[in-house]
Amino acid sequence: MDKAKQLSVSAIKDGTVIDHIPADNLFTVINILGLEHIGNQITFGTNLESKKYGKKAIIKVSDIFFTEEEINKIALVAPDAKLNIIRNYEVVEKHKLTIPDEIEGIARCFNPTCITNHEPVKTRFRIISQKPLRLKCYYCEKITDEEHLTII
Amino acid sequence: MNSLANKSLVSINDFTQEEIERLLDTASLFESNPPGKILDNKVVAALFFEPSTRTRLSFESAVKRLGGKIIGFAEAGSSSVSKGESLKDTILTVSNYSDLIVMRHSIEGSARYASEVSPVPVINAGDGANQHPTQTMLDLYSIRKTQGTLDGLNIFMVGDLKYGRTVHSLLMALSNYNTTFNFVSPSELRMPDEYKLILEKRGIKYYEHDDFTDIISRADIVYMTRVQKERFSDPLEYEKVKNIYVLHNETLENTKENLRILHPLPRVNEIDRDVDDNPKAYYFEQALNGVFVRQAIIASILDVI
Repeated sequence: MDKAKQLSVSAIKDGTVIDHIPADNLFTVINILGLEHIGNQITFGTNLESKKYGKKAIIKVSDIFFTEEEINKIALVAPDAKLNIIRNYEVVEKHKLTIPDEIEGIARCFNPTCITNHEPVKTRFRIISQKPLRLKCYYCEKITDEEHLTII
Repeated sequence: MNSLANKSLVSINDFTQEEIERLLDTASLFESNPPGKILDNKVVAALFFEPSTRTRLSFESAVKRLGGKIIGFAEAGSSSVSKGESLKDTILTVSNYSDLIVMRHSIEGSARYASEVSPVPVINAGDGANQHPTQTMLDLYSIRKTQGTLDGLNIFMVGDLKYGRTVHSLLMALSNYNTTFNFVSPSELRMPDEYKLILEKRGIKYYEHDDFTDIISRADIVYMTRVQKERFSDPLEYEKVKNIYVLHNETLENTKENLRILHPLPRVNEIDRDVDDNPKAYYFEQALNGVFVRQAIIASILDVI
């Protein structure tokens, strides 16, 4: 690990660092996690060099530890993201995100005539493919792909 | 043990191959040996949020011939939906009055949702372009009845293979058997890739054609569907192809003895009237089969067999 990166990761005392976010999806991730609405100290960087992904983004949030459900939401748009839990400036836990087999109440069905877009029904999808991302709606059985994916 | 007791039927994929075959057996038994008033004291609610006269009458006939009562409405305008009631509220209310709900709705996934909120079982009688499982069951019944088997058949699907939900569901059900498919459609209305992919995964052979070809002589079943003008972005394209997908009596010369022509109906002009008198025309008997199949489904779900 080079020095600059090490410094940036350990720059918060307690909290969460989310690394390896595709640069294009940084603002979607911020939006999904509702980071614009919280008062905690947050820093983020984008268009950072990544050997594996070309351009990546990173988010550091002080004093926040996300629940599994919240993290599942990110997995859809940042499937390769890595979570570092920081306590007292040290990385104490590392998590890889994985897209669950089924997701509930996270994505919107792209089909305008789906019941989930007409009644207050919690959306449910089965992940039929991770790369490329393809979600099959439990209700209308139509497939939402990455291009048409909207996060609720 | 009746595994269908109290179970909803929303999508053909909800039933196992064994359950489907057991239902076909029950329908066959009901046809040859009508079971009498086994639905006595049962009330079935038929909620047709969008009109479908043929399907509704078939269900009504199925219930009444078995001695059951049927309540409901034939279009949303005559229900409280027109006052803005939610689907959930309608379903919860109606479930108090009935043992089973049969519903038709233009919104896709509405039947699945209804089956989740309803304390009584729900049969999907069509949810938009999504599923219409009792149609698929009666298609399977008609094929098995006329061919004696569902295995090893050469099935031709003709017309709108892109949007036609009946051909998609039938394809899914028949892909559990050793079927050979021939798809005949204009290029704009070809069978979607996702279904062809499923066939490839299951090792099922399929061939695509622009026209009825000489190989119709190999067909066991020709399943006709309507090519609708509004499906074409270019009206000229429609004009070019509209007569190619019309079945004429002369096309049936030199076809197999056991060949039968199926159509989910209503027919417009895709099957010429001159086919009607050909013994290979089966679409009206197919509609009658729908009554036996729906009786079998309802009786199994209400556990009165």
